[in-house]
Amino acid sequence: MATYSTNEFKSGLKIMMDNDPCSILENEFVKPGKGQAFSRVKFRNLKTGRVIERTFKSGDTVEAADVVDVEMQYLYSDGQHWHFMVPETFEQIAADAPAVEDAIKWLKEQDVCVVTLWNGVPLSVMPPNTVTLKVVDTDPGLRGDTSGGGTKPATLETGAVVRVPLFVEIGDLLKVNTRTGEYLSRAKA
Amino acid sequence: MQDSYSIEWRPAAGLENLRLRARVLAAIRSFFSERGVLEVETPILSSTTVTDPHLHSFTTCYTGPGAPQGRTLCLQTSPEFAMKRLLAAGSGPIYQLGKVFRNEEAGRRHNPEFTLLEWYLPGFDLAALMSEVEALVSLLIGAPRAERLSYADAFVRHAGINPHAATVAELKHCALIQNISEPQGLDDSDRDGWLDLLLTHVVEPQLGIERPTFIFDYPPSQAALARVRPGNPALAERFELYINGIELANGYHELGDASEQRRRFDVDRAKRRVAGLSDILPDERLLAALQHGLPDCCGVALGVDRLLMIAAKAQAIDEVLAFPVCRV
Repeated sequence: MATYSTNEFKSGLKIMMDNDPCSILENEFVKPGKGQAFSRVKFRNLKTGRVIERTFKSGDTVEAADVVDVEMQYLYSDGQHWHFMVPETFEQIAADAPAVEDAIKWLKEQDVCVVTLWNGVPLSVMPPNTVTLKVVDTDPGLRGDTSGGGTKPATLETGAVVRVPLFVEIGDLLKVNTRTGEYLSRAKA
Repeated sequence: MQDSYSIEWRPAAGLENLRLRARVLAAIRSFFSERGVLEVETPILSSTTVTDPHLHSFTTCYTGPGAPQGRTLCLQTSPEFAMKRLLAAGSGPIYQLGKVFRNEEAGRRHNPEFTLLEWYLPGFDLAALMSEVEALVSLLIGAPRAERLSYADAFVRHAGINPHAATVAELKHCALIQNISEPQGLDDSDRDGWLDLLLTHVVEPQLGIERPTFIFDYPPSQAALARVRPGNPALAERFELYINGIELANGYHELGDASEQRRRFDVDRAKRRVAGLSDILPDERLLAALQHGLPDCCGVALGVDRLLMIAAKAQAIDEVLAFPVCRV
């Protein structure tokens, strides 16, 4: 079993806490003038997304989590699983609904995502920072209104709903920031 | 070969902070010069070191005339032992500005080597020394009048618990209601460890916020090299100074009793054995000096880099160091 001591702690390190894989966000070394030193650690539970704080005695060890990030191409969904492939090796892997939950509304076939694997099983999927998606539903466009004054909701091909300028029409291709859910621009077809 | 553009060769501290450091060092020297306190230098290398199980010394090896097989030497974690030998030899009031070295310490407020100001004033009591520290700090960074709070009052005020009377179970409960997780390696037998947990996580962040705060009268188990005043509870004649939650200085009414000092070395060595740490032999030269007679005195060590952090409003010690450990 691989372990890490507090001296190895840094942001991004993957450790096991309470039987769940976690990623360290912050690590602070604290020590009174005389006495015991501690590591005060904030980490994210990679299964639940919750941020937790824990304190360790300096020099303590924790179990390492076998967590890796792999770039994979999204292939298709069969309704139960979402299938991804490593482009270089054609190795395929199926993610279940909890793993794709946050990404699902941005997932478009062929797009390359970052899949986080824990012991080889997908934990979470990170879509590309920006995706290009087609508008499937929105109120009629106000052609000529390019000043960008008002906005309206638009439904995209993956089901995501974003606020868009009034001139956007059904069938337009839009660039969208998946981290903020914000419209960026129209894309050339 | 690495691309020279990708190598971090520049100082971490901005030039204005390096100039601030030079001004502060000059102001410290003139403060002591005006008061007739003698500047001294003692060795960085020593054949022995502190026994405190929470301090970790670097060691190196001298080989050469007098030591053909090599002689292990420790880098000082503080100049305390050597300066007490000077005091016992009749030096009168002395101060030292120099580098000290502590292994296993690095973080936002720690660098494994740092600049310590240490001074000793024969004939001063702890309250008078706190006033001297306050005068120096006020001169250097213009802080408002300090408050003085006992260790017990600080715990009662900020953690709602009496640190002298509370059981380990009560200290654990206090940590729990403050939302502090139980460190897995912290034993129930380590009462001071639980006090340190509450101190660092709950009490310290609230000290010295509006004005500098002196904490004094420590538990006797945390006396380190301070005298213990008998009573119920007995209290260690030790203080610490905090500004903005940062621990800045640690002072003692210095222990002068050689046999008590030897007993404390032995207690530390027993703790080191239990913790699986290397044994450290008592500094016999210090003990001989105490046996000869240390003048009744108080002494204090002040972290100069942390003082500069406060003066420069820096968030991390690296901002006031030319080359912190990550750039050497």
